[in-house]
Amino acid sequence: MNSEQNLITIKNISVDFSFQENFLSKKQKIQAVKNVSLNIKKGSFVGLVGESGSGKTTLGRAILAANKISSGKVIFHDGDKDYDLTNISKQELKEYRKKAQLIFQDPYSALSPRMTVRDIIAEPLEVMKITNTREETDKRVREIASKCRLNLEHLRRYPHAFSGGQRQRISIARALVSNPKFIVADESVAALDVSIQADILNLLKSLRKELNLTYLFISHDLSVVAHVCDVVAVMYLGHIVEIAPSRELFKNPRHSYTKALLSSIPSIDPEKQSNAIELKGEIPSAMNPPSGCVFRTRCPNPTHDCKEGNIEMGLIEVNPGHWVDQCCVNCK
Amino acid sequence: MTDLLNIHNLKVEFDTDEGRILAVDNVILKLQEGQILGLVGESGSGKSVTAKSIMQLNAENAVYGDNSKIVLEGQDVLKFKENQDLKVIRGGKVSMIFQEPMASFAPAITIGDQMVELLLLHKKISKEKAKSISIDMLDRVGIADADKRFKQYAFELSGGMRQRAMIAMALSTMPKLLLADEPTTALDVTIQAQVIDLIKDIVNEYKMGVIFITHDLSVIAQTVDYVAVMYLGTIVESGSVREIISNPKHPYTQGLIEALPDLNNLDKPLKPIPGDIPSPLERPTGCVFHTRCKLFESGVCDNAVPPLSEYAKEHTVACFKVNNNEQ
Amino acid sequence: MEAKIQNIHKDIKAKEAYFSATQFQLIYARFRSNRSAMIAGLFLLIMILLGVFADFISPYDPTIAGRDKDYEHGAPQIPLFWDDNGFSLRPFLYTLERYRGKDTNFRWVYTLNKEKEKRRYVHLFPKGWKHKALAFNVNLPGKKFDFKIPGFTFERHLFGIDSGGIHLFGTDKAGKDIFSRTLHAIYISLAVGTIGVFIAFVLALIIGGISGYFGGWIDGVMQMITDTVRVIPPIPLFMVLASFAPPEWSSETRFFFIACILGLIGWPTLARRVRTHLLSERSQEYVLAAKLCGASPSHIISRHLLPSFTSYIIVDLVISFPYMVLSETALSFIGLGLREPVNSLGVLLQNATRADVLLNYQWYFIPVIFFIVLVLSFVFVGDGLRDSADPYKVLKK
Repeated sequence: MNSEQNLITIKNISVDFSFQENFLSKKQKIQAVKNVSLNIKKGSFVGLVGESGSGKTTLGRAILAANKISSGKVIFHDGDKDYDLTNISKQELKEYRKKAQLIFQDPYSALSPRMTVRDIIAEPLEVMKITNTREETDKRVREIASKCRLNLEHLRRYPHAFSGGQRQRISIARALVSNPKFIVADESVAALDVSIQADILNLLKSLRKELNLTYLFISHDLSVVAHVCDVVAVMYLGHIVEIAPSRELFKNPRHSYTKALLSSIPSIDPEKQSNAIELKGEIPSAMNPPSGCVFRTRCPNPTHDCKEGNIEMGLIEVNPGHWVDQCCVNCK
Repeated sequence: MTDLLNIHNLKVEFDTDEGRILAVDNVILKLQEGQILGLVGESGSGKSVTAKSIMQLNAENAVYGDNSKIVLEGQDVLKFKENQDLKVIRGGKVSMIFQEPMASFAPAITIGDQMVELLLLHKKISKEKAKSISIDMLDRVGIADADKRFKQYAFELSGGMRQRAMIAMALSTMPKLLLADEPTTALDVTIQAQVIDLIKDIVNEYKMGVIFITHDLSVIAQTVDYVAVMYLGTIVESGSVREIISNPKHPYTQGLIEALPDLNNLDKPLKPIPGDIPSPLERPTGCVFHTRCKLFESGVCDNAVPPLSEYAKEHTVACFKVNNNEQ
Repeated sequence: MEAKIQNIHKDIKAKEAYFSATQFQLIYARFRSNRSAMIAGLFLLIMILLGVFADFISPYDPTIAGRDKDYEHGAPQIPLFWDDNGFSLRPFLYTLERYRGKDTNFRWVYTLNKEKEKRRYVHLFPKGWKHKALAFNVNLPGKKFDFKIPGFTFERHLFGIDSGGIHLFGTDKAGKDIFSRTLHAIYISLAVGTIGVFIAFVLALIIGGISGYFGGWIDGVMQMITDTVRVIPPIPLFMVLASFAPPEWSSETRFFFIACILGLIGWPTLARRVRTHLLSERSQEYVLAAKLCGASPSHIISRHLLPSFTSYIIVDLVISFPYMVLSETALSFIGLGLREPVNSLGVLLQNATRADVLLNYQWYFIPVIFFIVLVLSFVFVGDGLRDSADPYKVLKK
């Protein structure tokens, strides 16, 4: 595995949404993702964590070219061909779609209830014209379904026959059928019971080894991310505030937000009393983010400069592979 | 000390088109004042149905067992009819907070008006007094600018604040029992920690009993004093939370704990519980967990329902294999 | 033991059937368990058959050509199997004799002759008046779109009588058999309703579809058009449009015209429903999944959106039907819709407004019963379909 090479290079991208209450009022801009840079190495399992309003889902979908990128560059390196997502032709987009896929959060709404499981999994093959005959399609469907541990007898059933965990496996099979290199898993285990969660996570891990996949795993659940991901990026209000290998992040968090987040995770040990760092106030509105460091309004110990909004945001590498937003680096 | 709440042999079935579905079977629970009891289980475990039975909030097609008794401060509330008696219970002696705070507040009425309405229903006080109690309560749950928020609508508050406002509303009538149905599941983890602390403070201050329902074992570990683990409508293990978490005896409880990601041991592989939760239409005979149990013994486990028997002090387990081998 | 295994097998088969059922099979299964809907469906089927086979079942031509001069304003004649003279396997009627003479002041006096010899027996499948099946004669204004399909000519009818007339529901002022007229009226009302619903549906699909699928400003503009059409008061509009129809138009042309007006008035409601369905389906995650594979809009519409709202649209269509029938009846009743000699329920009811009818000839109201049954069965079937329409609603966690 050529782990030194980037699969996806994300440089300073922003994703804006314009919002208009009715066609007579003024157009407002919401910056869901602001100035984000991230390198996703080939074969890695990158975790993207954040709370509500962090922009993690928007970022994930922007990488899949499902949201329009307002500025910056996203480049997908596929062997000798590079796809620049901000400047992509229709033909190239079609090819990109085969290589990058998405697994949804809600297994109940992600599968069309009126199609058989076989048709659901086969749909990408048929739409992207990957297979030509029905026999080829069926063969490929069966192949991927058995990799996802789906009972082949069940292929002619409809989604309503399956439990949440099984439906998620169908979602995974659908994402993998076009033989992609990159998968975005958007809160893919959030809606599942704990005992099933572990099963799906194990499946994702084994498929990564077997099929040489690269994952971007979006979640709000830090403990899950800690277990499966190699690298974790923490987002707050559209910015990435810290990136580190997962062990390093959990042992040695540097950003105040990361520290607060980690301290809030309830421990399974009843003896260990929680000493959650309390964050004052509420998450600011995305329409009107604070100037300078967006976290300054809730930081437990901001310096004078932080509070004034004088410090611009930007990631600095404090240790090899460990990047922290410079506002918190300067605090120390 | 007499029990605040005593649930005997609760059995709840639902009359549906597909027949009678058993949702809760033979649930036995006890709660004192100032205690927090956790009900933990996955989907279909019946924990919500159990809690709602206390206020008879289940759907109209719910059928309660003949031997079921829910004794709240000496009265069997299951026998109450839709009249004055139930009105006193709902919102008065017993309050409930829900997972989705947006669903608890009427969208077109201010929060203050709703809180005052609730108070006036249960206590004979003047409107001004109700208003001041409500504002005090909003302040007590940690909402800044309580009198400003009092006049706002639910959609003007953020998720965490709405949840606090709901707690304030539930507590304003000084109930003896608070039912919290997944109150932190929809919240960000930083807010979750605060809400958990708030609930623990309230319990200490007002000495009320709380039933805390969740699927998250870590939240249970940090919040409750006693826990009952439910699977497909029955209690499989119950006892003090320290005892259950450090020494789980029922295979399901053990499986749940092992399936959790452990932040202190990131290299440990995740162990799921094999199989799927059976649909309530296909309830397994005998012990409901036997279809997924590693200790399954044919003829024993699928033959009869294991009773909840005492394994140790403050620790009961419903499992034939455990009680046979290790007593 | 054998029975137990068989039961288990039956359960497994039933379960597998449930798991592999298409959405329409599920809808049908739920519909079947709704008893009132099934009974209404049966009635609806009977009414439709009566209408479609009206020519065959009616013993007389409903137009003026088939009138019975000897039995004007006649009361309903119910065939008997039994009377004082004995039992008869074939149902029969008494002969009605009339006499007029000096002693009755030259007014017709009717007497029933109950003698056995004077019985008239009912025949099955006798030859009667000629009627056509599958004949089509379109005669629109101008010569361009006229065409004629000859079709088949039949002579047999379901029942008849050996002499005289058999009028199960009586006759009207000119002697036309009300039973035949009622059956034909059902047919005409159903036909007008079908054409009206069809036109409304096509328009609603196009406008609602574009509105719902594209959203944005296209949606805004389309909605404004829809709302404008919807607020036009229907009765004055009908009156204006109907009075514009030149009197020289043939009855068939008039028939098409009325049906078209009904369709053009009725599309806004359907369009709004189509748009709503599309808007909610469009944001479903499985649609996004298809888009992320690069599916074209036509693929998404045909494979995801259309199947998802087909069941709802069928419900909407069935429920719109009675409104069309009611509107046409109302129009014809006030004289602006179809006219004699075309039968429709409204035309029949027009005759029933006169005082002497109300006092003396109550059988003119028998078509009303048919009308009520027809509309109610549509409504009940529509309600039943709506209750079973979304078999997947309960399954969200």
